[in-house]
Amino acid sequence: MADLTKLTIAEARDALRKGDVTSVELTEACLSAIDAADALGAFVHKTPELALERAKAADARVAAGDAPDMCGIPVGIKDLFCTQGVASQAASKILEGFKPEYESTVSGQLRDAGAVMLGKLNMDEFAMGSSNETSTYGNAVNPWRAGNSDAALTPGGSSGGSASAVAADLCLAATGTDTGGSIRQPAAFTGIVGLKPTYGRCSRWGIVAFASSLDQAGPMTKTVRDAAIMGQAMMGHDAKDSTSADLPVPDFEAMLTGDIRGKVIGIPKEYRMDGMPDEIETLWADGTAMLKDAGAEIRDISLPHTKYALPAYYVIAPAEASSNLARYDGVRFGYRADLAPGDGITELYEKTRAEGFGAEVKRRVMIGTYVLSAGFYDAYYNRARRVRALIKGDFDKVFDEGVEAILTPATPSAAFELGKDVTDPVEMYLNDVFTVTVNLAGLPGVAVPTGTDRDGLPLGLQLIGRPWEEGELLNTAYALEQAAGFVAKPAQWW
Amino acid sequence: MSIDTDTAAKVAKLARIRGEDADLPALANEFNAILGFIEQLEEVDVEGVEPMVSVTPMRLSRREAVVTDGDQPAKVLSNAPDAREGFFAVPKVVE
Repeated sequence: MADLTKLTIAEARDALRKGDVTSVELTEACLSAIDAADALGAFVHKTPELALERAKAADARVAAGDAPDMCGIPVGIKDLFCTQGVASQAASKILEGFKPEYESTVSGQLRDAGAVMLGKLNMDEFAMGSSNETSTYGNAVNPWRAGNSDAALTPGGSSGGSASAVAADLCLAATGTDTGGSIRQPAAFTGIVGLKPTYGRCSRWGIVAFASSLDQAGPMTKTVRDAAIMGQAMMGHDAKDSTSADLPVPDFEAMLTGDIRGKVIGIPKEYRMDGMPDEIETLWADGTAMLKDAGAEIRDISLPHTKYALPAYYVIAPAEASSNLARYDGVRFGYRADLAPGDGITELYEKTRAEGFGAEVKRRVMIGTYVLSAGFYDAYYNRARRVRALIKGDFDKVFDEGVEAILTPATPSAAFELGKDVTDPVEMYLNDVFTVTVNLAGLPGVAVPTGTDRDGLPLGLQLIGRPWEEGELLNTAYALEQAAGFVAKPAQWW
Repeated sequence: MSIDTDTAAKVAKLARIRGEDADLPALANEFNAILGFIEQLEEVDVEGVEPMVSVTPMRLSRREAVVTDGDQPAKVLSNAPDAREGFFAVPKVVE
């Protein structure tokens, strides 16, 4: 078979079962593609021996007729997931040399289902960023380029390495995590599908924590069907995460009928932002028309507190981060600063953290420290949590009124150039304006590529679903994907 | 609310992140930009709204108060920058 790396999960699964291809062949093809793609900066720790070992084991399972859907599928794992015996750094210098003695629940479920880990993927440091420029490994680069320009574009962030690797066919799919948009924004910037499940669907155990009340893992794939297959393998109850939902995970793939007749789709007026490019407006209107043509009922809705989602997020996420990142102290794992004669434990902490954390992480830890400090806790943190309740209330209301899914743009622009001088950190934060509401409300959201801009760069739309209804959401996404017929791929330059 | 360099230094101290004095004015400026953005929240009427504790209306599950893990000191210490005789080693804490 030609172009093994271009297969979807579903195609590879079927080919494996028919005996048309082996996992070792798929894995070797991906490993070659990865070695030829260092310019993308996507894979930051390669694990070829481990991959081939797992591929052989997967082939044995396939031969024995004991092969779950993910068995033998080569995937990339975001560096945020702890993987046993394999470097897991959250793209931070402070976790230099850290090789966990344990496997995260999600990557462990994939491993146990027979998926083949090819290596660890680049990301923003501790998942804090929207352009993959805060990584200690350097930038991940978008395989797409604008028109005839050879300027390097961001793959988005924080799951930038995952997005770049999937879009460039270095792996069949990848894991991502999403705290404010870190699966959906990079998926939209690279023309792939990214699913953030309902909060509680995927165990957070063994995933380096950023903001625990917002973090969710999810699949980043070439198609909606693949997101259904891989998502199902990643989800499920885990006693080791007390916020993990004890609910059955349905067969998502079986729910992909493409029939959305009569489904009520909300179009929120607050997502029409001032200064939004015409191309995004058009993309959104086109997507709305596609769902209508497929038989959905389109309804204008209002989510009045949308505007306050980003400011609330930039209180809550840094507050939780400042607490979660307190564990990086140079004592138990990772980097420790060299100390001067006479330095004590406080100098150990302060120097280790000053040298080990990058600028954006320090900024957020300090903002979090400030909003939680005595005298400001009520004014900032408690107020943000009240606003969060109102934002969730907006969604509850429209769902109660019969809306079954909500269609919005995924990002306010196409992928932008790497290295753009951002003097105001808030400017970068605006990338998440359409996605962050979903994390605050704990809802499932999926980015689907539906068009390109005038330079040929991919653009995506976001569908937001009711809690726990990933299956329904993916079916709507499937209908949108079918109607949009997005098939463009980046021209290989790397 | 405007952050001055003294406040920036105090926050850096609370966060246990060493900062150079020369960097404090820039840090204070960044804080002010972010806090200026956050201050939009003051426009929202939150009267009578409870701060959100949990985004899903599920109760945290309970379990028996028993030991479920442990007895693996070598694994616990395997990633320590400095481990000796079964302990994490740090500079002298008590004189």
